[in-house]
Amino acid sequence: MTFEWSVIWDALPSLMEGAKMTIRITLLGLIGGTLLGFLTGVITTYVKVLVTWKTTAIAVATLAALYILLRLASWFGDSFLPGVPDWAWTVLKLAIVLALALRFASRVPVALSFLAQVYILVIRGTPIVVQVMFIYFALPLIVGWRIDAVWAAIFTLVINSGAYIAEIVRGALLSVPKGLKEAGQAMGLPFYKILAYIIGPVALRRMIPAMGNQCIISLKDSSLFIVIGVAELTRQGQEIIAGNFRSVEIWAAVAVIYLILTGFIALVLKFVEHRTQIV
Amino acid sequence: MSIVEFKNVVKRFGASTVLDGIDLSIEKGEVVVVVGPSGSGKSTFLRCINVLETIEGGDIIVNGLSVRGSGAQVRELRREAGMVFQQFNLFPQLTALENVMFGPIHTRGASRAQAREQAEALLRKVGLGEKMNNYPGQLSGGQQQRVAIARALAIKPALMLFDEPTSALDPELRHEVLKVMQDVAEGGMTMVVVTHEMEFARKVGTRLIFIDQGKIAEDGPPEELLSNPPSQRLRDFLQHVS
Repeated sequence: MTFEWSVIWDALPSLMEGAKMTIRITLLGLIGGTLLGFLTGVITTYVKVLVTWKTTAIAVATLAALYILLRLASWFGDSFLPGVPDWAWTVLKLAIVLALALRFASRVPVALSFLAQVYILVIRGTPIVVQVMFIYFALPLIVGWRIDAVWAAIFTLVINSGAYIAEIVRGALLSVPKGLKEAGQAMGLPFYKILAYIIGPVALRRMIPAMGNQCIISLKDSSLFIVIGVAELTRQGQEIIAGNFRSVEIWAAVAVIYLILTGFIALVLKFVEHRTQIV
Repeated sequence: MSIVEFKNVVKRFGASTVLDGIDLSIEKGEVVVVVGPSGSGKSTFLRCINVLETIEGGDIIVNGLSVRGSGAQVRELRREAGMVFQQFNLFPQLTALENVMFGPIHTRGASRAQAREQAEALLRKVGLGEKMNNYPGQLSGGQQQRVAIARALAIKPALMLFDEPTSALDPELRHEVLKVMQDVAEGGMTMVVVTHEMEFARKVGTRLIFIDQGKIAEDGPPEELLSNPPSQRLRDFLQHVS
C-alpha cells in the first residue's frame, strides 16, 4: 500500500475538532480533579482514620440511621402534609443534614477522611471505562435525569484523576521533613498557615513529576470515552476510517496528535519544575 | 518573677516515663545549660516548654501562659519561646532574608518593609550581612544555624530555646554558632540550652542542670558543678563527654 498524505490533509479539520474536544475534556477534568484531589489529599494526610471493621461498621450505621431519618421525614410529609411541594422537603432534608453536621462538628473531619479513603479505594479499584459507563448509562436510571455525554466524560475524569491526585498530594505532604512543620509551630503559626506557607510550597515542587504523569495519563484515558460516543480525537479518527478505510494514515495522524499534546504537557511541567527548583 | 515554671511535670512515651516529676523555676536573664546522657529526656524537657511535646502530668507556665491552654494560647506562648533546632529547619524555598522576615510577617503582623529592616539588622548581627539573598542550600551548616538563630530572634521572644544547636555541625563550624549564642546571652536574653558543649556551659551559662533518667539530678552554678562534680553520676557523665 502507499501512504497517502492527502488523506490526512482531508481529515485534518475533523481531527482538529476531535483534538479540541479531547483538550476540553482533559482540561476541565484535570482542573476539577486537581481541586478534588488536593482537598482529599490534605484531609487523608492530616486526619488519620484507619479503615477497619469497627470504623466501617460505625460509618455504615451512621449512613443507615441518616437514611432512615430522611425516609421517616418523607413518610411523615406524605402522610400528614400532602400539599407541601417537593422542593420544600428537599430544603428541609438539607437543613436536617446541616443541623446534624453542626451538632457533631468535631466528628466531621473524621467522617470526611473516612469517606475520602473509601472514595480513593473505589475509584482506584475500578476501570475508568466502567466508571464512565456507570455514570452515563446507569446513573440516569437511578437519579432519573439524563447527563450529556461530554459532561459525563468530564465528570468521570474529575473523579478518576481526583483519586490519583489525592494520593500524589498525600505522598508529597508526607515527604516534607517534619522539622519544617515544627519550625512553623515553634513560631506560633496556626496549622493552616504552616500548610499554606511552609509545607505546601515544598510539597508542590515534589508533586510536579507525579502530576506530569497524571496529566498525561488522564489525557490518554480520555480516548476511552469513545465507549459513550463523545466526539473526542480517537472517536473522530474511528469515524473517518469508517468512511474512507484509511487506517494507516488516520491512526498514525491520531497518534501523532496525542504525542504533540502529551509532549506539550511534559514540556510545560519541565519548565515549571526548572523555574521552581529549590537550590 | 520566673519566666518558666515547671510544676511536677510528667511526660511519657508509651510505657516509658521520660520526665518524672520535674519541678523547676527559671528566672529572667538566666542562661540555663541542660546536659545529660543520651536518652535522659533533656531534648524532651526543652520541647515541652514550647509544646512541641505535650505533657501527661503537672503544668508548665511560660511567661504567664500554661502549656495546657487552648490552641490560641499555645500559639501565643510559642511566640514568646523562640526555638533553634539541631537540624536548623530553615525554610528551603526562602532566602536567608525571607526566612528571618517570615515570622514577624506571619505571626506579629509586621509589614514587609518593617520585617526587612529588622531582618537585615539581625543577619548583620549574626555576621551574615553578605549572605542575605542566599538560599539555605547555598549556606554552610554554621551559616544556616546562625540564620536560624536570627529567625527565632526576629519574633522578639521572651526567651530562647536551643536544642543541641551545634551537634549537627563540623567541629570548626561550632565556634561561629557558639559565638553568636554568647552574644545573644550577653544581650540579656533568657536562654535554655541543651548541649554537650561544656566550654560554653562554663563560660556563658549562669546555671547548669544535669538531667538523668527523667529527673533533675544536679542544679547549680556551672563552674562549681563542672570543676567539682558533687555526684558519681555527673562525674561519670563528664568523663564521657570530655
